Amino acid sequence: MSASPQLIGSSGDSLREAFGKALSACANDYPNVVVLDADIAGGTGVHHFRKSHPDRFFQFGIAEQNMMAAAGGMAATGLIPVVTTFAVFCLRAIEQARLSIAYAKRNVKIVASHPGLDVGPDGGSAQALEDLAAFRAIPGMTVISPADAEEMAQATRAVLDFDGPVYMRTGRSGSKRLFGPDHKFEIGKGQVLCNGNDVTLVACGVEVARALEAADLLAKDGIAARVINMPTIKPIDTALLAIASKETGCMVTAEDHNIYGGLGGAVAEALAQTTPCPIEFVGVRDVFGQSGEPDELAEHYKLTAPYIAEAARRAIARKKKNK
Amino acid sequence: MNANIQLSQLSANLAAQDDDDIDRLAAHAREIRRLSVAAIYHATSGHPGGSLSCADILSVLYGQELALDASNVASPDRNRFVLSKGHAAPALYATWASFGLMDRKTALSLRKLGSIAQGHPHVLDTPLAETSTGSLGQGFSTAIGMALGLRHQRKAARVYTLLGDGEMQEGEVWEGAMCGAHHKLSNLCAIIDYNKLQSDDRNEAIMGLEPLAQKWRAFGWHTLEILGHEIPAITAAFDEARAINWRPTVIIAHTIKGRGVPYMEDQPLWHGSVKLTREQTETALLSLGTSAIEMKELLDVR
Ligand SMILES: Cc1ncc(C[n+]2csc(CCOP(=O)(O)OP(=O)(O)O)c2C)c(N)n1
Ligand SMILES: [Mg+2]
Repeated sequence: MSASPQLIGSSGDSLREAFGKALSACANDYPNVVVLDADIAGGTGVHHFRKSHPDRFFQFGIAEQNMMAAAGGMAATGLIPVVTTFAVFCLRAIEQARLSIAYAKRNVKIVASHPGLDVGPDGGSAQALEDLAAFRAIPGMTVISPADAEEMAQATRAVLDFDGPVYMRTGRSGSKRLFGPDHKFEIGKGQVLCNGNDVTLVACGVEVARALEAADLLAKDGIAARVINMPTIKPIDTALLAIASKETGCMVTAEDHNIYGGLGGAVAEALAQTTPCPIEFVGVRDVFGQSGEPDELAEHYKLTAPYIAEAARRAIARKKKNK
Repeated sequence: MNANIQLSQLSANLAAQDDDDIDRLAAHAREIRRLSVAAIYHATSGHPGGSLSCADILSVLYGQELALDASNVASPDRNRFVLSKGHAAPALYATWASFGLMDRKTALSLRKLGSIAQGHPHVLDTPLAETSTGSLGQGFSTAIGMALGLRHQRKAARVYTLLGDGEMQEGEVWEGAMCGAHHKLSNLCAIIDYNKLQSDDRNEAIMGLEPLAQKWRAFGWHTLEILGHEIPAITAAFDEARAINWRPTVIIAHTIKGRGVPYMEDQPLWHGSVKLTREQTETALLSLGTSAIEMKELLDVR
């Protein structure tokens, strides 16, 4: 019998692993980058960095609030701190992130693993469905949620190059590969992944793969959906959204987050001020999650492709009614 | 174990408990361990190490100290227990099952979609949890609030809460420690599951806690140190805590993480969240004295 445990979720293709590997791989190019951990390096992916750059790895213990504000202090000395914990514990330290990082305009990167229902069996207490909304509301905070391992790796470099506070989601479970090395991630920019003029599906994180699947489902019914990958929630790519709104006339947003205040909120705010159109929101409908495997939960809370397709049909119906 | 711990004047009280009672609680502790392991096996994830380390403490709490049964669990005058180290939920459900407060099948449905046995205790699913935990530090503060609320309403009920040692790195715990002493909450008893390990490594490698007893004393708590797997010592500590006036009590219980399953004992990697293979589960259950009939019942539950 093997007396060692099978650690779960640390599958090679999870976004947290992709982040951890990318950070470790590019660390020599960024000598000022330091990593802060609160006793969960094994879970956030930064165990790679701890191994490759032990002298630049700082252990804060299970004390996220102290760690968050300390990151602000380390940034004040010229370092680029990467603060890592689970998304839900970033919420615990949000007031420190607000004052000691954002308000003081510190160049700190907050990287949150275990966001959304994707957390799975740990249950509702651990599933952060509010983080995008909460961090988006902090002035000066850039908010990012990449969709696959390639994009995660590129985003890791991009946030280190960027001067200013960033909140970035990774992910716990295995992720689908969507992009090749020709993919180009840029902060503040979305990309059209597939073209169509009947409806636009805008997604971030784990929902991008599901939105692409939904576009396939819709195509079977002769509906041509445009799929936009929107890895930067703030600042949102208003120009790309405005074009899509004009050309497709209706939209669906999809995210592993509460329907309030996250990607859906950001898209609605952007379009309300430029080119309004009917929008349907796919996300968790203002309830807490529960234990279950990520796939089961996505189905239970209606985040899977068929529900995105259904929302697209509702959006198209509303567009037609308005005409 | 730390050389300079003082095991207070507990030995005098140890004789008070009769052998039958000790045997009964020890048997429950073994059952709690078996059910915890089986539940984590079926869940394919969970935290075995910290569930096994607190089984004896939970056995004494629910088997004796809390005096809870089906007739009084909803009474406003009941004693309360908050599992502040919420990731030990498997042990909590197992304890309830062992004392007839939850059915075994539910305890074994840990972490399944739709089960009330959530990955971390949720008060809306299991009111006996008293509050929802899983974010370290918060259960302790909530227990302080309960102790204040009960005393304010002149109720005699007591509040117990179990913390992990790693959990004490949260600043919130020390805010609570100050608060509990300031408000002279003698109806509050905190127990520390001092298994010396946390998520990634040993406490002392992650963020040193020592001198721990001195810290609690300096914060104004009546502070005891015991061996947390010895039922008479746990009982005696609770007896002593009940007799203390004008101060809350903290029981620092020296334990072994993974206790009862030799291959898990004192191994940081068995903290969690882990998947147990069938073979690992069988080996663990055998170490815990599981009979062939019970083995089948625990493993083949559907
Ligand atoms: C606020 C918070 N930060 C991080 C975690 C993730 N986490 C879960 S258990 C754990 C280690 C806890 O160690 P300890 O308190 O010693 O528990 P035990 O050894 O009894 O299992 C961590 C870091 C958490 N649950 N809550
Ligand atoms: Mg511990």
